[in-house]
Formats: sequence, C-alpha cells, structure tokens
Amino acid sequence: MEYQAKELFAKHGVPGTPGIVATTPAEARAAAEQLGVCVVKAQVKAGGRGKAGGVKLAKTPDEAEEHATAILGMRIKGLTVNRVLLAPAASIEEEYYFSFLLDRSKRRYLCIASVEGGVEIEEVAKTNPDAVKQIAIDPGTGVDEAKAREIVAEAAFPEALVEQAVTTVLALWQVFVAEDATLVEVNPLARLAGDRLEALDGKVSLDENAEFRHEDHAAFVITDETDPLELKAKEKGLNYVKLDGSVGIIGNGAGLVMSTLDVVAYAGEKHGGVKPANFLDIGGGASAEVMAAGLDVILHDAQVKAVFVNVFGGITSCDAVANGIVGALDILGEEATKPLVVRLDGNNVEEGRRILSARNHPLVTLVETMDGAADKAAELANA
Amino acid sequence: MSIYLNKDSKVIVQGITGGEGTKHTALMLRSGTQVVGGVNARKAGTTVTHAGPDGASVELPVFGTVTEAMAATGADVSVAFVPPAFTKDACLEAIDAGIGLLVVITEGVPVQDTAEVVAYLDSAGNHAATRMIGPNCPGIITPGEALAGITPATISGSGPVGLVSKSGTLTYQMMFELRDHGFSTAIGIGGDPIVGTTHIDALAAFEADPDTRAIVMIGEIGGDAEERAAAYIKDHVTKPVVGYVAGFTAPEGKTMGHAGAIVSGSSGTAQAKKDALEAVGVKVGKTPSETAELMREILRGL
Repeated sequence: MEYQAKELFAKHGVPGTPGIVATTPAEARAAAEQLGVCVVKAQVKAGGRGKAGGVKLAKTPDEAEEHATAILGMRIKGLTVNRVLLAPAASIEEEYYFSFLLDRSKRRYLCIASVEGGVEIEEVAKTNPDAVKQIAIDPGTGVDEAKAREIVAEAAFPEALVEQAVTTVLALWQVFVAEDATLVEVNPLARLAGDRLEALDGKVSLDENAEFRHEDHAAFVITDETDPLELKAKEKGLNYVKLDGSVGIIGNGAGLVMSTLDVVAYAGEKHGGVKPANFLDIGGGASAEVMAAGLDVILHDAQVKAVFVNVFGGITSCDAVANGIVGALDILGEEATKPLVVRLDGNNVEEGRRILSARNHPLVTLVETMDGAADKAAELANA
Repeated sequence: MSIYLNKDSKVIVQGITGGEGTKHTALMLRSGTQVVGGVNARKAGTTVTHAGPDGASVELPVFGTVTEAMAATGADVSVAFVPPAFTKDACLEAIDAGIGLLVVITEGVPVQDTAEVVAYLDSAGNHAATRMIGPNCPGIITPGEALAGITPATISGSGPVGLVSKSGTLTYQMMFELRDHGFSTAIGIGGDPIVGTTHIDALAAFEADPDTRAIVMIGEIGGDAEERAAAYIKDHVTKPVVGYVAGFTAPEGKTMGHAGAIVSGSSGTAQAKKDALEAVGVKVGKTPSETAELMREILRGL
C-alpha cells in the first residue's frame, strides 16, 4: 500500500513526506491538527482511488475527520478501506511517472519514465507513446550515477530539476535492489512550488522468495483483506488460493494443480456449471500430515461440495500418498463429511490404489484417469 | 540423439551431501547416469557412498569447488541442490568453472539473484560455455541415457517426442500419457519469472535434433514466454508442435504456486497463450490427455 511504499522510500532517501496513517476518524483529526491542510487518502491495494472518491482535500481538522468517516469502510474495487493516509497538501506544478521493474521477457530490469505523469501510465502509453521512455537496465551493472543521468536525460526532466532527479533515481534504485523489489513505482513524482521534486504516491512489490534476507518485510503483510481460509492455509504452510466454486482441489505440483482446476471447470460445463473451489499444491512430499492439513482447510470451506485429490506419483510413490489420504481421513474423523474423488497415477500406483480400496472409506471414490475423476467430482458437487 | 544431455554426460552434484542432494544422487545413479562426484566446500576430501545401477556400491568423491571436481572427473554437467540463499554463488561458481550444462533444481531463489546470474551468462561470452536450466525446475532427462535432475526415470522410455515444460508434475503427467511413444529428451525449464533456458532455446535444440520428430510444449499463465515461443515456431520450427497451457481458471493477481505463474491485469492469461499458439498452427489440447491424443495423431501421420 501507498503508506508502506512511502516508508521504504523514506528509508532509502527518496524525497517525499511519509504522512500519518489513521484507522479512525479521531486519529485522522489528530493527524490533521499536526499537518495542517492535508489530503486524506484511502489505503487499499488498488489503483483509481481518486476516481472512487477515496482521496479528499481537508482544509481543517473537522474536514479531515469528516472525510475519514466517509472513506473508512468504503469499498474500492472490492477492497474495504481500513486505513487512511494523511499527507500534507502540496502545490503541484507538474506530475511525472517513474518506475523500475522486472522485465520478464528480456530477463533484465526496465526503467519506465514519463514527464506526462499523474494519470494511468497505460493511458499515456496509448495516447502519447513517445512520452513514455523505456530504458533497459543490465542486472549485472545496475544503476550508477552515470546511468541515472542517462535515465534523467532520456526522460527529459526539466533542466531545473536534473540534479534532484538524479538523486531521486539513485534512491529509488536503492529501494529496488536493497529491498528485493520486482516493482518500484512513483506516480506522481511531482514538481512542487519552488522546484522541489517529491514522490507523492508510490507502489512497491516485493519478491516473496527474498523474504529470508528481509525479516522486516513480514511487517508489511496486512491480513485484514485476506480470505480466512487463505490465512489458515498460510499458517499451515500450504500453497492455497481460495476461488469461488464448489469442487475442492488438492494436487501435487503447481502446474498439475492449475491443470486440474481447468479440467474440473471443463467437466463442470456438463454438470450445472460447477467450478473449482481453490488451488492447493501439497508439493512433492504428500505426507499424511500435509494431506490432513490440506483436507482440513478444504473441508472447512462451506462452498465445497466435493473434493478432487489429483496426485501424480513422481518421486513420491502412490502408496505413500494413499496412506496419506487414509491417515488424513483418520485424523479428521467425523469432520470429514464431503465426498472425495481420488485419482492416483505414476510411481507404485497399483499399491496405492490397493491401499485405498482396502480401506473402503464410504466417502472415497477412486477413478483411474484425471479427466474421469474431474467429471465424477463435478457430478458429485452438482448433486 | 537427444538435446543437452546424453549417455556420455558426466554429472556432478552441487550440494551432494544435503538431504535432497543425497536422495537424488541415488536416483540419478540408479537410472544409469554417470554421476562422478559432488561439491561441498566444507566436506571436501570426503566421499559419499551410493548404490550404482547394478546394485554394487559406488563411492563418489566430494570436492571443494566445481573447478576441482571438473578437473578430477571430467564432469560436464552440474546439478545444483543448494538452498536459495546460496544458489546465486553456486551458479556463478559453476559458470566460472566453465561447466557445459548447469541444472538448478532449487525452488525459492530471489528473482534478482537469477537475473544477475542470467546477466552474467549473457556477458563475457559465458553463454557459449554454459547452458543453465532452471531454477525451480525438475531438470532434464534423456530416457535410457541420463538424468540430470529429479524427474522419475521410470515413467517413459526413449522415443521420438521432445518435451519442454514450465511445470515439473505436468512434465511427468505428459511423459506418462505418451509413454507408448517415448521421448528423445524432456526438459522442465522451471516456473520462475526468469529462467536460464527458455521454451525458445529448447524448441531450437529439438528442431536441430535428428531423433526428435515432434515436440510437446507445455506452458502456464504468467509472462509472455509462450507468445514469444509461438512467434519463434512460426519462423523457425518445421517439426510438428503440440501445445498445452495450464491456468485458464486462475484469477487475476494471484500467484498460483510457481513464482512466475501470475496473471497481471490482462497479460499472461492462458487464453492469450493458447490463441498465440493456435494462430501459428500449433494444436493446443484442453487437457493433458487430449494434448497427448493430438500428439498421437501427429505421430501416426509421420
């Protein structure tokens, strides 16, 4: 969110004013008393906050309290506003756009800069593509002062701002590399009265894979918009995404699970349009404990009517997976109430199927193929 | 024939003494791969013992560096099972040593680390010396000849199909589906936003491999690798290609297991990838089994 991006900006010396975060109208009033004339800004991870009525100018503490009352609790693009940021009002003369990001296609980094900022950059790119400059950055050499000067010249920042712009570019590069970001965006980067350059709004996306070297990033995780089932899954260390269908999915390997969701959705076309209820990858191991943890999350999803367990035994053998399923059902006992369609294939599949058949659990149906099992699960979810 | 890996390949394992390294060294040996040693700076001079393909005991030397391991064993392939925090250094070491093929299995490598390694490969002529596969991948298998990675060696035998995939388990699934025909080489290139070997690299190698008669390409949501592969196929690939793309039902903005598997706004969708592939004449299956069936039809006509 904006206020978190601004914390990172401040940490690395990007010019700007972090402002004050408020979660209640009273806190907003107190902040405004401190700041004077200020802007009350909804804090949600979504663009278009201004258009949605989530950004208001407050000339007095009374107005700040009034605006905070209106904005807190507002929904913007499906997200509830639980925080507002109060930032000192600035007299803006010009607005620019600036970002560093990962360029997946070219396997390097990219700087995008435009002196036509303040609006959605995608719009500028369409209406005035020449105004949007793209500068490739070699991950091996990064951005030093010479590169920063090249960027500032390419973007054609006004003469009076060049030195400030170079400093700002170098500070933003520090945010990008020192914080392991995949995106650092400032929009607008503004020219204020007196030729001061400041980051007025920003966005930073951090690489989750780099969390091990950034313990402080855990503090940026805000869970009040996270689905409770996703929270529970995360606590159990599961790779889970909640969707809105009725067929619970458990599988091993991200690609196979994504494929399973698709196959269930196709099968669902013949069974009343049922859809997958979630993504859940239990990884290669597929032990009884992980299987139980996964089933526990999925069976507590009130929308789930049937569950499809789709495992291809690669390194893990299917007998271990079958024992995992049986063990999970024993651990869950009476909490397991929804039908399970199981498809096992691969390493030691005969033994895996034998274990499940021998256990003969009333909720479990064994189907040989992925397509057949998806069809059965969709049928059961539509029953 | 095959691509990148064959029966003459000599494999070392970076991280041979760790849990995953130990387990998969054993499996690679059992598949008949010439694993000739390993690297762990803290255990240099020791050995590890495994069962060879015939069941007899094999003692493998542990070296302090990749350079030493290559000099002593003639290794030309390294498979890295090192924790994410040390993966970048392990890769740079292997590239500096001039290893021919570097297969990085590790999941969870920070993307800026991979970007640096790829930039290093692209600079100073390193690319000519080292091909990197991964990270976050199952590696590569040339059935009946050699395995460098974690793909189960028993799923399928050798045959005319070349396979390139972002996903490990979908690689296994597709090899299983087409085990009646078999594979020249199957490569899992990995599900991270940046990887060493791309779909295009593998397509070019399969096109040049006389024993590969048709190619299966498996993609998933995120990025535009499949779209660029489609453009490449149009201009450079004469062998028949069948495609599969996972993630049609993935919501926007959610990472689906793989770090790179995310639809951002309207870009990176499965539909866009399918459309791009079909536009250049690649048949795209709706499910893995339908994809396999499309490949069977093509093989019947060859």
